[in-house]
Amino acid sequence: MVNTLFTIWSGLPQDVQIPALIIAKIVVILVPLLLSVAYLTFAERKIIGYMQLRIGPQRVGPHGWLQPIADTLKLLLKEIVIPGKANRFLFLLAPVLSIGPALAAWAVIPFGRGMTLANVDAGLLFLLALTSMGIYGVLIAGWASNSKYAFLGAMRSAAQMVAYEIAMGFALVGVLMASGSLNLGKIVLAQQGGILHWFWLPLLPLFFIYFISGVAETNRAPFDVAEGESEIVAGFHVEYSGMAFAIFFLAEYANMILISTLAAVLFLGGWLSPFEGTILQGYLAWVPGTAWLLIKTVGFLFLFLWFRATFPRYRYDQIMRLGWKVFIPITIVWLFVEGAAILFHLQPWFA
Amino acid sequence: MGFEQFIFYVFAALLVFAALRVVTVRNPVHAVLFLVLAFFSSAALWLLLEAEFLALVLVLVYVGAVMVLFLFVIMMLDIDIAVLREGFTRYVPVGVFVGLAIVVEMALVLIRYFALPAGAAPKQLPADYSNTRMLGDVLYTHYVYSFEIAAAILLVAIIAAIVLTLRRRPDTKHQDPARQVRVRRRDRIRIVKMDAEKKTP
Repeated sequence: MVNTLFTIWSGLPQDVQIPALIIAKIVVILVPLLLSVAYLTFAERKIIGYMQLRIGPQRVGPHGWLQPIADTLKLLLKEIVIPGKANRFLFLLAPVLSIGPALAAWAVIPFGRGMTLANVDAGLLFLLALTSMGIYGVLIAGWASNSKYAFLGAMRSAAQMVAYEIAMGFALVGVLMASGSLNLGKIVLAQQGGILHWFWLPLLPLFFIYFISGVAETNRAPFDVAEGESEIVAGFHVEYSGMAFAIFFLAEYANMILISTLAAVLFLGGWLSPFEGTILQGYLAWVPGTAWLLIKTVGFLFLFLWFRATFPRYRYDQIMRLGWKVFIPITIVWLFVEGAAILFHLQPWFA
Repeated sequence: MGFEQFIFYVFAALLVFAALRVVTVRNPVHAVLFLVLAFFSSAALWLLLEAEFLALVLVLVYVGAVMVLFLFVIMMLDIDIAVLREGFTRYVPVGVFVGLAIVVEMALVLIRYFALPAGAAPKQLPADYSNTRMLGDVLYTHYVYSFEIAAAILLVAIIAAIVLTLRRRPDTKHQDPARQVRVRRRDRIRIVKMDAEKKTP
């Protein structure tokens, strides 16, 4: 059976083999991603439930484990209502524009040594360019719905995303100064040598600013003024129902996972073991790098949920002040500090 | 026709179509969205030329930031298309003249320096060639003065824009965050101990 499959495979011309291989890799990345999105919603409800002394979803399946499946089915079967005065084409284009970049960004993420779909030289720039495009989905959704609440949400979200993108971009500039490369694989390899060699330590302010900007970019609490249930109902996606809404939801959670993975890759050494250079290194050598990356990512995802259960929503003008007047100056100052550290070859990071 | 050529023609056609729609479409928001499409297609064309740094920066800066602000402003303003169309006949001659002048200039540059229509194909570069690194090397050595002068001019423009819009308006309900942060509880509330009152029958 395996042999026949192998002969069929090697019999294919190379023009077919390469695209087939790429598509297979895409499936291998996207299917676990979509599953983790589904179970992230479950984890969110459970974790926030326990934080609020509730038990969360409990009825579907054992301990509620089938709840995300049931939710997906429900959303799939619901009718997509298009408001009468909405711009039909743009209304349906908006969810596509928000899910596209959220999934395409995964092409350059290194899951382990050499385990990446596209080993792009300017990978970090590619990520920045793609994540900056996610805003169009929100803007177009808000405008095309022809609804006041949706429009207010879109406007808020646009201003917020532009503000935090700058701080985030500067934080990434710090990472590429430290690693000397835009390639994500090389950035991870530049952090080799144990937990104190990872970039979180020399770039500590940038690390915090990156993650907080990431929370703001994904429109998550406490920066969720774009949705603001208590003021503008649900913000930009108030007119969406069924699968069209689910796609916005999917994009938001995929972006959360992306930001967490990136924080792990850029500041916490990606797939590198935290016990490098200690006695435990030999004992834990059997753990695959992807597992370390996964553990770090889950840690950041937990922070996302923890924030949501803990902080009240920021006031809009305070969000703007934090982005423009606090984060951007701090990043610029730290870039100067880092430049000086590189100039004087501060050990052990800038050898 | 190779696959690369096919992709080139697809994106080139998309670019021309989007650019035409920018000026012909009636709704200003649609026009901006077509402009975004035009930028995106030209970024794809640059990728085909192996200029990945420029392509990604085009998407990052123009699509991701400049056009978002454009869209933001155009959505906020309630643009009346009828008013915009009023002076159309009056401005047609100027528009045609400027358009023609640009076409002639572009043609001169392209034919003279790139030897169109049959210029030499760009060199095939090895796979580990880093576009970004080369660009940085040239920018910070050969062109360092022009680069820094451009940066200084941009900084002046930023400061000028801020100064132009910065004005004090006493009637706004602007809040000073520094003062808000300094507020202490005792400034605002006072807790008074008092005995429970007896209910009078």
